[in-house]
Amino acid sequence: MSERVIFDETGGLDTEPRPIYREAVAWFREASPELIASRKAEAEAFFRRIGITFAVYGDEAGAERIIPFDIFPRILSGDEWARLSVGLEQRVKALNAFIGDVYGAREIVKAGVVPEDLILSNPAFRPEMTRIKPAAGLYTHIAGIDLVRTGPDDFFVLEDNARTPSGVSYMMENREAMLRLFPELFARLRIKPVDQYPDELLTTLRSLAPATASREPTVVVLTPGPFNSAYYEHTFLADRMGVELVEGRDLFVRSNVVYMRTTEGPQRVDVIYRRIDDEFLDPLTFRPDSALGVAGLMSAYKAGNVTLSNAVGTGVADDKAVYSYMPEIVKFYTGEEPKLANVPTWRCREPDALGHVLANIKDLVVKEVNGSGGYGMLVGPHATKAQREAFAAKVRANPANYIAQPTLALSTSPCFVESGLAPRHVDLRPFVLSGSDKVRIVPGGLTRVALKEGSLVVNSSQGGGTKDTWVIDDAPSPPKGQKQSQRQMS
Amino acid sequence: MLARTADNLFWLSRYVERAESLARILDVALRLATLPSAYAGTSNEWESAIDIAMCRQLFFENNEVADQASVTQFLIDGPNNPSSIRRCIEIARHNARAVRTAITTEMWEILNDAWGELQRQKFKSFTGKDLSRFLAFVKEVSLRFDGAAYRTMLRTDHYWFQRLGMFVERADNTARLLDVKYHVVLPQTESVGGGLDYFQWSALLRAVSSLNSYHLIYRGGIRPWLVAEFLVRRSEQPRSLIFAYENLNRVLDLLSEQYGRQGPSQRLVRKTYAGLQNLDGDTLFQSGLHEFLTQFIADNSQLGLAISEQYLQ
Repeated sequence: MSERVIFDETGGLDTEPRPIYREAVAWFREASPELIASRKAEAEAFFRRIGITFAVYGDEAGAERIIPFDIFPRILSGDEWARLSVGLEQRVKALNAFIGDVYGAREIVKAGVVPEDLILSNPAFRPEMTRIKPAAGLYTHIAGIDLVRTGPDDFFVLEDNARTPSGVSYMMENREAMLRLFPELFARLRIKPVDQYPDELLTTLRSLAPATASREPTVVVLTPGPFNSAYYEHTFLADRMGVELVEGRDLFVRSNVVYMRTTEGPQRVDVIYRRIDDEFLDPLTFRPDSALGVAGLMSAYKAGNVTLSNAVGTGVADDKAVYSYMPEIVKFYTGEEPKLANVPTWRCREPDALGHVLANIKDLVVKEVNGSGGYGMLVGPHATKAQREAFAAKVRANPANYIAQPTLALSTSPCFVESGLAPRHVDLRPFVLSGSDKVRIVPGGLTRVALKEGSLVVNSSQGGGTKDTWVIDDAPSPPKGQKQSQRQMS
Repeated sequence: MLARTADNLFWLSRYVERAESLARILDVALRLATLPSAYAGTSNEWESAIDIAMCRQLFFENNEVADQASVTQFLIDGPNNPSSIRRCIEIARHNARAVRTAITTEMWEILNDAWGELQRQKFKSFTGKDLSRFLAFVKEVSLRFDGAAYRTMLRTDHYWFQRLGMFVERADNTARLLDVKYHVVLPQTESVGGGLDYFQWSALLRAVSSLNSYHLIYRGGIRPWLVAEFLVRRSEQPRSLIFAYENLNRVLDLLSEQYGRQGPSQRLVRKTYAGLQNLDGDTLFQSGLHEFLTQFIADNSQLGLAISEQYLQ
């Protein structure tokens, strides 16, 4: 791995920076260590004050922690973003078409593109959904697509998150922090804003209201409660959209209609942006021990009286075995070549691939098909021999549960670590909103950083941090004088 | 607004108010306990603190004697006491977190900081000085929280539920304080207004931060019936029962205006408020303060239930 050339987003700190990084790198080169230290302290104070925290499961002491924030920005050019966003839109459209097909006619199986058992044996497959047609035929209304980069023009999709992707509150709060810390850079660079996200989310959710809803549909955010690791984000989104943040016990179902308990009596709910997993949604349909959900919710859903966002059963499209078929899936539904590349993936369910994976495990990343958050994976080159052998045994016992990928030379970005500015691996999670009218993507997304030297794991639960992501608006602007004279005339 | 949000706001303020009341009760006990018995009488101040806090049974299930060490420990940090000062602040902070966006940043920070302070402290061995310092801290949390709510919250139903909780709790605390003290201060054999109870009554006034204001209203010395009148039906006194009901009445009116609907809470509050306005003060203190307060405490708790049924479920 180490002999491979790793692409740094700035072009490398020892050389002339790539054009889009010129201003930012110059600022950091000229700034005194004291100034940088004070900006870092300001950022830390900002995040502490607003109380943006996440919980780490199984860590008593750190029950409420702040995700490390790095003040060196991640920057994308307008061109780079334009290419990424058309690819994202294409990919999410294909994901939605695929999920609809999985719960419908299964054309893709009939055409022999995806094996049927991959769908039917998938733990995230929900048979109930074969009888439910969600609003506008859309399933994953809010998708998070994890992208990585290995060179100036080489972006790959690492993972699709079609269930309940989180992190968008960090995207927005990171921007808020950077606006306070570096007003001079925002004045000089034309950075596309991200603070319209809650409005776009609300517009998207309202566009998906059931036909029986009133003209002003009531949207709520459904949270498992304050003990959930993403609770801050749930309160943040409800607050910014100006909708109620509800827990399961605030809702009830009568005659297949969902209501919330308010101080003025029951009020009908039309769209639920739910941040709880499928199996906890309705104790009558799924886990009977779930206290987080709402009894009867699935009947209301089936009757077409409420929209669940995302739809139930979207997990069937984002496991890692399905991921390996994404190039074919995109082609099948859009008739186009995929605009975003997949990372080459070996499916251990196939005997030849399994043999290859076991023979080369020290060079590969091996993942559980249903794992997430950096859990249940092995990074071959970073593991000890014993760890590799233990993991290989697990793969042999249940090959269908694993896929493997080459360890990519993920791009790096400079980050402030104890010794100063040093390169750390980064990825990017843009958020794609699919409404009944159109697809909306806020320019940028959440850049995650693996803060441990050499680490490739960016998940916050594994010591990852975040950065603000800037998309530069480099469309040619009319000369200033002309703009002003136009304004005077109007 | 969500019923659960209103419920959280209501209880959040009740718990902050309760923490303050407990601190005041301990303050009085501490002051009286330092007086020689010739001035303070022979009653056990620590036992009466337990009575005011309404936890006699629970206390004696966990302790043998009521003295400074056992009572302060129990009321501040008793592991089996669901209403200890520590629990009150923990619950308030937990409720605040659950409705984080329904309160202002200022309110949240006060509770979050207070909670952080409690996490750092260990309330095991209190000497008098540390105890007073801690009690001052608790009272300050409540004062700052109340001030922050008053100065930063929008005047919408969020604010009204916050106020309802505070006044229901305060009325309850004042009534119980008066009831228990009245009992303790007036031993069967002692005549009302005798010299022995002077310190008792002034300590009671101190407990509600009203010793100075009593002297402003009543120019003469401390007279038990005047103290009772002061705490029951003087609307200048912000901890009096009538002050609480004036506010409860107004807030419930505002809610019914906003929601365009009245219910049992409005009827109950009006009845109790009218009763306080029409009290016959002369007979009240001579005969039946205890009966009156017992009835008041029951009515007040009934109002809490009615608010809960009408709005919070």
